Amino acid sequence: MSERSRRAFLATGTALATVGLAGCSGGGGGGGGSAGESGDEPITIGVLEDRSGNFALVGDPKHKATLLAIEEINEAGGINGRQIEVFDPDPQSDNQRYKELTERAIQQEDVDVLWAGYSSATRETIRPTIDREDQLYFYTTQYEGGVCDHNVFAVGPTARQQLGAVLPYLVDEYGTDIYTIAADYNFGQLSADWVKVLASENGANVLDEEFIPLSETDFGSVINRIQEADPDFVMSMLVGANHTAFYEQKASAGLEVPIGTSTAMAQGYEHRRLDAPAMSNIFAGVNYMEEIPTTRNTDDGGFVDRYFEMWPDAPYLNEEAQTNYFSVYMYKQAVEQAGTTDQEEVKAALESGITYGAPEAPEGEEIALDGATHHVDHHMWVMRCDDQHNVEAVENRVIPEQFLSGTVGCDLTQEDEETQYTPQDYYEEAG
Amino acid sequence: MVNVVNLLFQFLDSFAFIVLAAIGLAIIFGMMGVINLAHGEFIMVGAYGTTLAYNAGAPLLLSIPVGVLATTVMGLVLERSVVRRLYDRPLDSMVATFALGLALTQLTRIVFGNSLSSIGIPLGSVQYGQFSYSMYRVLLSSVALAVLAAAYVVFTRTEFGIRARATIQDADTASAMGVETDRMYTVTFGIGSALAGLTGALYAPTMSIVPGMGSSFLVEAFVAVVTGGASVLLGTTLAGGGLGLVNALFSNVYGTFIGQIALLFVAVLILRFLPNGLSGAVEGVRERMERENT
Repeated sequence: MSERSRRAFLATGTALATVGLAGCSGGGGGGGGSAGESGDEPITIGVLEDRSGNFALVGDPKHKATLLAIEEINEAGGINGRQIEVFDPDPQSDNQRYKELTERAIQQEDVDVLWAGYSSATRETIRPTIDREDQLYFYTTQYEGGVCDHNVFAVGPTARQQLGAVLPYLVDEYGTDIYTIAADYNFGQLSADWVKVLASENGANVLDEEFIPLSETDFGSVINRIQEADPDFVMSMLVGANHTAFYEQKASAGLEVPIGTSTAMAQGYEHRRLDAPAMSNIFAGVNYMEEIPTTRNTDDGGFVDRYFEMWPDAPYLNEEAQTNYFSVYMYKQAVEQAGTTDQEEVKAALESGITYGAPEAPEGEEIALDGATHHVDHHMWVMRCDDQHNVEAVENRVIPEQFLSGTVGCDLTQEDEETQYTPQDYYEEAG
Repeated sequence: MVNVVNLLFQFLDSFAFIVLAAIGLAIIFGMMGVINLAHGEFIMVGAYGTTLAYNAGAPLLLSIPVGVLATTVMGLVLERSVVRRLYDRPLDSMVATFALGLALTQLTRIVFGNSLSSIGIPLGSVQYGQFSYSMYRVLLSSVALAVLAAAYVVFTRTEFGIRARATIQDADTASAMGVETDRMYTVTFGIGSALAGLTGALYAPTMSIVPGMGSSFLVEAFVAVVTGGASVLLGTTLAGGGLGLVNALFSNVYGTFIGQIALLFVAVLILRFLPNGLSGAVEGVRERMERENT
């Protein structure tokens, strides 16, 4: 082939590689007022969750669980007698589409409240729009933490809560030498910082850390480096379908070191998808996964039963799905308390200290939404996977959100902010 | 400290991945001039065929041919129905195959959902000192070599290979000499599809089986084809060897991130200083030596 055609070929490859990343910012018009209030007009809820594209595997259960909560509420008479209507187009894991759909949800559909997005990158893409429009917004993925924003209720567990559940347990069980592997982007980097902070708080030390590009599927050298360092346990914050290959390859290579994680199993149900014993001796720090042994969750007629009754073909009920589910009920409580869907009044009601008996909490307990930080003090679980891929709870306790409330001092009831704080600003270890 | 055995295994692993990712693309592009932008999805189909057969109860050794067959049949159908109409229109064929790729991904998602339960990696590990490596991943390098050798024999030592290459060089003359050029295109596209399917089938046990999995092969495939240059098999072999070594060495010493950067950086250097690619450079040297000898 000629040089020219090879150049053209290369250009094609490059263009192809960037298609997925490309985006241009579309200007949005301003405006958009709040809907008129009336007794039996339906409430409109925007649900933007991925049902296709990269995040479909983890986003689809979020969409399904939101619809379950809404159906339950509608069947029981709605919120203050008003039925709920849903605006739920598929954003297809595409941040540009998220931006457009968010504008549309707010300006044209006039949604009263919005649930949207799996990844932190998505949240940060739409947050400027959310803040410009002062839109009440629930972000429900477990995430790196630190978002202190008047309009955002980040009700999933933070990295400090998830890692804070599993890391101390593994230090007690296996020893103090930690090796960190994490996805090479915002979430993975910040999570690795939290591992260092928590290691220092628990008298452990991080031998080394490696950040792995999201496109990587070959983990031979990673496994060799872990073997060379010989840690007591590994902390893994790998993300996405490509990184799942790590667990299969480490099992095939015979690497048997215990692994703590905030990302595996609870979201992408690797213990169901991969052949045993790929996930053997992996410990997940989570607020929820389908196997959490609470009466609200696994008893007859519990959350799991209701979910699969509505969605019989669904493969798994994941961590984020439960967060979507209980936050819809928290919204219901707040609207009932405020007596209106006026967004500022609902935000004030949410800030007044809502509690709810979510499936993650054992019978008789409720989880609490902290008004000052818009985060939830979660009931956290350490879930261990055995070599048959059965999952059991080995520890559970309430872990409050600490970073914003204790370290940063974020208080949204006193001061409106639209900031994301990172551990580097506050901890030497994270520097 | 560089552990030599680690480095060797990582090299074999990387070599196999690059060669197998690229070979189907290289044959279809090098022999036919068609840039198959659905290459990743062809690989995905191979992986899905294999995984579905395995989950239905077939042993792995039988499931792999199922994946290859599924991809071959699909390739032939697409060649007959779409690609053949676009042989003189390279840009149109790119758009068409890109669209096919998107359609295949979404169709797979609609029919089979967001993931399939995967096949465990067979064969266990090689243990050496405190280290170990997945035996299967190491063995894939011999498969890669076997595929290259088989393709070499088919395209240079058989009647079919000569006719196929004649068709590529000058379709009109070949046709005048009695070669059924139409059939040659179809069969060559079929072989390229089969090899993409084989890649998917072989890597199915080591990866997460999701509709978008094909994209993880694309960077290596395109980079190998471009740096390999005009000669399909020599180019793919040299690119697999050269880029595999760079990737393994830098991954071993500095981690996978630097490994990927180094691979792309070396690809840029090759394009800058060896504009005809690795095979072009080797052939240039050979020609010069022949001239000196005469």
